[in-house]
Amino acid sequence: MRQDTKMAAEAEGFATAIETPANSTANDGGIAIWDLGHSYGELETIERLDLELAPHAVLGLVGPSGCGKSTLLELIAGLQEPSRGKIEVDGESDPTARLSHCAFMPQSDLLLPWLPAIDNAALALRNRGIRRAAARSEAGELFERFGLAGFERSRPAELSGGMRQRVAFLRTLIAGKPVLALDEPFAALDAITRAEMQGWLARALSQAPRTVVLVTHDIEEALYLCDQVVVLSSRPARVAGRLSAPAPRAAGRDEVVTDPAFVTVREHAMHLLREGAK
Amino acid sequence: MRRWLLPALLLAALAGAWQVAASSGALAGLLDLESYLVPSPAEIGESLWQSRGLLAENAWVTLQEMLLGLGIAFVVGVGLAFLMHLSTLVRDTVNPLVVVSQTVPILVLAPILLIWLGFGIWPKAVVVALVCFFPIAVSTLAGLGSADPEAAKMMRSLDASRAQILWRVETPTALPSFFTGARLAVVLAPIGAVFGEWVGASSGLGHLILFDNSQLETARLFASVVVLSAIAIVLFALTALAERRIVTWR
Repeated sequence: MRQDTKMAAEAEGFATAIETPANSTANDGGIAIWDLGHSYGELETIERLDLELAPHAVLGLVGPSGCGKSTLLELIAGLQEPSRGKIEVDGESDPTARLSHCAFMPQSDLLLPWLPAIDNAALALRNRGIRRAAARSEAGELFERFGLAGFERSRPAELSGGMRQRVAFLRTLIAGKPVLALDEPFAALDAITRAEMQGWLARALSQAPRTVVLVTHDIEEALYLCDQVVVLSSRPARVAGRLSAPAPRAAGRDEVVTDPAFVTVREHAMHLLREGAK
Repeated sequence: MRRWLLPALLLAALAGAWQVAASSGALAGLLDLESYLVPSPAEIGESLWQSRGLLAENAWVTLQEMLLGLGIAFVVGVGLAFLMHLSTLVRDTVNPLVVVSQTVPILVLAPILLIWLGFGIWPKAVVVALVCFFPIAVSTLAGLGSADPEAAKMMRSLDASRAQILWRVETPTALPSFFTGARLAVVLAPIGAVFGEWVGASSGLGHLILFDNSQLETARLFASVVVLSAIAIVLFALTALAERRIVTWR
């Protein structure tokens, strides 16, 4: 009972800690994509793609290396414009609007080595003109909540790989945007740390629900963290298959991923991936 | 310790060998010269002490020329690097001229500067600036361009303006590279200043060297060189110190 009230209080504190930009208070970050195609000059990266994602849902994009999944992520996040088709985030399709609704977390953590962890996490606030002290106190609350207390003043070089990813994720979260675009966030970590971080991200998302597009080449990671997983073919990308995860972000990651139902879906996904890679 | 001790030992060994070779007359004999033309380190040290007032006076003149020139080189070098980084139009227009500016021999330019700018500090400072702005501009431009393009995407996605990306990501990224250029510039500055003085000056270490050369005052000539090197070493050390203070993340 006490634990429950504490958690409720935490969740409430969380909601106030992360401010949502004024222009998107009514929006929760639904995504819709129609007839998307993209090429770099002669090189066709995405053949054809349709997608729909409900607000606060987590979508996984898996596919062979170089299939265009990172491109797709950047297109959704408004960092690039598609050659064909339409992408809507919260019902808005122009790239500036998409950019203002999505926070992008690149493949390597890209923490700025000259800033302490807390200033790295608070970058979005600083970019919006919030003073350093105010930005730090806002980010500081999240450091406590996400198991980073005590590391506020550490330089990125002093942090472990898992810690750096947490700071990078907080930096993305603090931007306060309805959609998070994560590009292989745990690819550089060792297997144990990666499993830990998947559990951590699952808990973080239950505390701070967001619409998430997660690019990964780890099927297990996608099926554990996401509600639905889209398997992409090799370049030019098209949808090779769509899957629903059996127990998205359930507590006890290690039990979930060894559950027979999970293993069956994973093998099916492997099959789709192999077929799509042909 | 090792970093200081080994070069110091080498220097001491060289000076010792020179001392023996010069004071025994072996070096002069080898060069077929009168022995007073080949001063020993001890004689140079003596001259350094005896002419300390004169050397300090002239060193101050040269130091001012160097600092003014380095100041101009810093402003112009860093300014050009930022402008070229921000605008491909500026880069395509200016970059070739920056390179050409280094192909024009200072030998030809210095006398013209003397005619245009007179006998004061300015022609020397401009020669120093011309020699020194190039390494600063080139290395700073390279540093600004070396920022990870993914970092720019991340910043754009976190609502950063172009100016914020420049200030928060690209400028810090460029700092180590800038300091590499600055160290090079600081070492080139005395050469520029001495050259500027050789073309026409009434004071300064370069002027003194020229004068002592004509008077066969070889011991004091070497003393001037020692002072000039000391200035360069101090400026180099100060630059390295500034780098250590500012670039703390490496």
